[in-house]
Amino acid sequence: MFYREVGQYKTSYAADQALLPILQDRIGIAVILLIAFVAVPLTASNFALDSVLIPILVLSLAATGLNLLTGYTGLLSLGTGGFMGVGAFACYKLTTFFPNVNIIFLILCSGFFAAAIGTVFGLPSLRIKGFYLAVATLAAQFFLSWCFIRIPWLYNYNISASIEVPTKTMFGLAVTGPTASSVTRYLIVLSIVAALVLMAANLMRGRIGRTWMAVRDMDLAAELIGIRLYQTKLLAFAVSSFYCGVAGAMMVFLWLGNAESESFNINQSFLILFMVIIGGLGSLLGSFLGAALIWGLPIVLRHAPDYLGLHIRSATVDQSTFVILGVLIIFFLIVEPHGLARLWQIGKQKLRVWPFPY
Amino acid sequence: MHLLYSIFVDPFMQMGHAPDLLVQTLWDGLVSGVLYALIALGFVLIFKASGVFNFAQGIMVVFAALTLVGLNEHGVPAYVALALTVVVMLVLAVAVERAILRPLVNQPEIILFMATFGLTYVLIGLGELIFGGDPKVMISGELGLPSGSYRINMLGGYVQLQKIDIAAAIIASLMVAGLGIVFNRTRIGRALRAVADSHRAALSVGISLEQIWVVVWFAAGVVALATGIMWGARSNVSFALEIIALKALPVLILGGFTSIPGAIVGGLIIGVGEKMGEFYWGPLVGGGIESWFAYVIALVFLLFRPQGLFGERIIERL
Amino acid sequence: MRLKYLVLGAAVAGVIGASVPASEALAKDSMLVPLFTYRTGPFANSGIPIANGMHDYLSMLNARDGGIGGVKINVQECETQYKNEKGVECYDSFKSRHPLVINPYSTGITLALIPKASVDQIPILSMAYGLSASAVGADFPWIFNPPDTYWDGMSIALKYIAQKEGGGFDKLKGKTIGFIYFDGGYGREPIPLLNDFAKEYGFNVKMYPVPPPQMQSQSGLWLGVRRDRPDWMIMWGWGAMNPTAVQEAAKTGYPLDHFIGVWWSGSEDDARPAGAGGKGYLSMNFNAVGANYPAIKDIEKYVIAKGNSQTPKDMVGENFYNRGIMNAVVIAEAIRHAQKLTGKKVIDGADMRRGLETLKISEQRWKQIGLAGFGPPIHVTCADHNGHGSVYVQQWDGKKWVKVSDWIAPVKDKVMPLLDEAAKDYVGKNQPWPKRDEPCDDKTL
Repeated sequence: MFYREVGQYKTSYAADQALLPILQDRIGIAVILLIAFVAVPLTASNFALDSVLIPILVLSLAATGLNLLTGYTGLLSLGTGGFMGVGAFACYKLTTFFPNVNIIFLILCSGFFAAAIGTVFGLPSLRIKGFYLAVATLAAQFFLSWCFIRIPWLYNYNISASIEVPTKTMFGLAVTGPTASSVTRYLIVLSIVAALVLMAANLMRGRIGRTWMAVRDMDLAAELIGIRLYQTKLLAFAVSSFYCGVAGAMMVFLWLGNAESESFNINQSFLILFMVIIGGLGSLLGSFLGAALIWGLPIVLRHAPDYLGLHIRSATVDQSTFVILGVLIIFFLIVEPHGLARLWQIGKQKLRVWPFPY
Repeated sequence: MHLLYSIFVDPFMQMGHAPDLLVQTLWDGLVSGVLYALIALGFVLIFKASGVFNFAQGIMVVFAALTLVGLNEHGVPAYVALALTVVVMLVLAVAVERAILRPLVNQPEIILFMATFGLTYVLIGLGELIFGGDPKVMISGELGLPSGSYRINMLGGYVQLQKIDIAAAIIASLMVAGLGIVFNRTRIGRALRAVADSHRAALSVGISLEQIWVVVWFAAGVVALATGIMWGARSNVSFALEIIALKALPVLILGGFTSIPGAIVGGLIIGVGEKMGEFYWGPLVGGGIESWFAYVIALVFLLFRPQGLFGERIIERL
Repeated sequence: MRLKYLVLGAAVAGVIGASVPASEALAKDSMLVPLFTYRTGPFANSGIPIANGMHDYLSMLNARDGGIGGVKINVQECETQYKNEKGVECYDSFKSRHPLVINPYSTGITLALIPKASVDQIPILSMAYGLSASAVGADFPWIFNPPDTYWDGMSIALKYIAQKEGGGFDKLKGKTIGFIYFDGGYGREPIPLLNDFAKEYGFNVKMYPVPPPQMQSQSGLWLGVRRDRPDWMIMWGWGAMNPTAVQEAAKTGYPLDHFIGVWWSGSEDDARPAGAGGKGYLSMNFNAVGANYPAIKDIEKYVIAKGNSQTPKDMVGENFYNRGIMNAVVIAEAIRHAQKLTGKKVIDGADMRRGLETLKISEQRWKQIGLAGFGPPIHVTCADHNGHGSVYVQQWDGKKWVKVSDWIAPVKDKVMPLLDEAAKDYVGKNQPWPKRDEPCDDKTL
């Protein structure tokens, strides 16, 4: 009843292929954006911004990147952490080379470096796929981690082998560094993520996205209808790594303010993969839902005992968090193997017919 | 020129100059290769029978060793603890089958893969909740495992063989032989191979998939326990071991996901290759290349032989 | 049906999530001391005893004396798992609750928090870890790292080796010294000093980096040790890397009494797994080992016997447990100083910074608090946030640590220029860095 597209006729191909063909969707997205851009900055506490929303947005972008590769093109990758690291270190080097260039521009540029590296490590995908490819991408992960510590040039010969974020301003407002306010950083992260995800959505409904999905669904058939597999797969690696790289740069510059090789280790890669699969393979919405769940749940669990007045040791809480998260992952996979995004679709369907069962 | 020399000539000169070190390197490589092979074996068993890429194999190693040591700490005699740990692994296998495999039957492999991630988290959390996060010393003495080493003077130097490593090699061989006998000679082994060939055909002749799954997960659990004891005796039992278990993955590329001989030979190649690489070529780039060198070996190998060591050409890798 | 439950579950989770900030508002009249701990993860073996020691000493002060100056200390743990993101999250969750001081207990987390400290007016105490350069008070007014920096540690290790070789640093000429280190910021920090000394006194240095994923698999690296035959080995290890290294050394047949670890490589758990083979292993230390101190007896009486602690009985008196106590002593003494300095009972972060900056724990004071000879005299000043205290060397006798050297003072004239240079470098790379405008209290006390 609430969600009915009856009466919304599409009279042109353009309308049929629109990003959001249904009015309710358009309204919904507008409301979400309004809340995210206006209501949240006005009301949220610094803790909510710094430790919940900014991380979720950054991780969502990385998850989106991985989703383009794994969910849309069907290539499983465990090198996400490494590609995020490339973006972060590239951005750091760029700020030392071009200290006066706008930091947001540099963050976006660093994505291209990640894309280049990602393409190189995507080369094995020409010969292998499935879990074999996943293991091959682990090589990228470990090799890149090693490079981040072994090439001192990358971190400007810092004794602590870490990169620190200098304070950068934009229109007289601190954007990065310790003096930048949470709201500023949140808005910048939100804008970048919104813009890039919009781009991804457009990419997916166009030719490129369709070739990717064709490769995912059946590579032989895709080849037969004239899709060049190698270029398509490598492009997927490049675009995916671009997103991961930008996410990595944002993670350092707009969220943590500091990073070292270990920040981009194998666990980071796994975490992003969780998000993609729990959220839903092949769904941009899923990337956000997955990131929110995987990042948000431990925070909720950590604070829940306090809130409920229980006194549980923090280590015990953390250990239980592991168990609960694990059980939840299994539970979600059993209840809905297609991820949270699929739940949303089912929900939409229910809304469409409510209050009648059919 | 100098670079070429240090890559292609110098390492071999070193091998010639100190043949005892070469032998020692080979031996150390073989020993860690055995352990990689054991972890890979656990993967292969499960993948063959249920098509699950079991990411939790690494944590099962830690969990099994931790259970063993933890029980012993609570006053259970070593051998009783060993038996109890085997029971725990059986319970785990049944639980996995009931709670994960059965409800997820017929799902795409990536979903099953993710489910084993969930299992990993559960095992990490449970292990730390029950036994605490501090690392434990493996009770190798109580289990009757030897300690100390043999020192063999040879080739103008000496080679040191740890008794525990020799024991590890023997136990691993016995285990592989035992598995081989089980697979080839027993009813359940034949059923297992039938399942590996085709689920549906096996089902249609009345083989119970559920039972087979419990059996392979249990077998993988026992293999994990053996690996945990061996590796625990070499360093100690802690959650950091889980990362080492990832080393089994390049072994799998090399040997194939479905081949038991592949896992063993692959493990040995990776073990020897990475020790040789670290020892002779590592210093060129400052050392510490072991973390990724194994993957490079596997990838280079893949370029020439994409089907793996013993893999069949038709499998979905090309 | 299923969906209904899911939606319901999500709603409940959402409600709980939304109400998280509610717990932030907490009474301001107690002194909040957050302890960042890691009782889980690959570094838990080092993290657990330290966390217990810090927690127990502060709880003991609460139980025995009713806190410090009559005000209870509100001790709150936050689990970081030694991960930077978690550490920053912990920091953010405490930030608005006005903590007195932050103990990050991880070099990575410390590095992430250093720039934030001056902005949020929360001092950071990284006891003998973190950024060495932060000892320079003029550039880092909010960061404290007593009693020693890693450079002090390296100079002491070399001094000890020179002593064993029969005298001054010139005895090191022609020797080979191997350095095995955790390949990350922490392990790499002492390298510049090591290289400086090597150049000046003519000894060779061999590097053996241990990448984090390889912590428990070092046999390849120890083959290299066997090939290079260094006369001495120095280790900068952490977590699971330490026991593995000691075991591998024993296995390789390297003489363990020529193998010396930094103070973070000296827990009982590091040496014990090697069994009899670990006998002879050396490590630096700046806190005493053992439970035979009145203050520790009080901890057993007031805290552990009452069941208010997670400490197992046999952990009391272990090296890292005592390290935790020492960290807590520094906190408690700084609070006392701050109370005296400001005349306030309940102090805040800015007061605490002044307390830390005038911190002085003399031999006599150690005795007064029931820990005679427990640690070196600590003297922090406005310019020197470290104190560069003395360190002794201990040896593992197969069962316990035995002190085998006197307190050795660091080679300050070598360390200080490096510190100044490093501080300048850090400030230069992080422009604009805030100029120090906090006044010094040196004269008032």
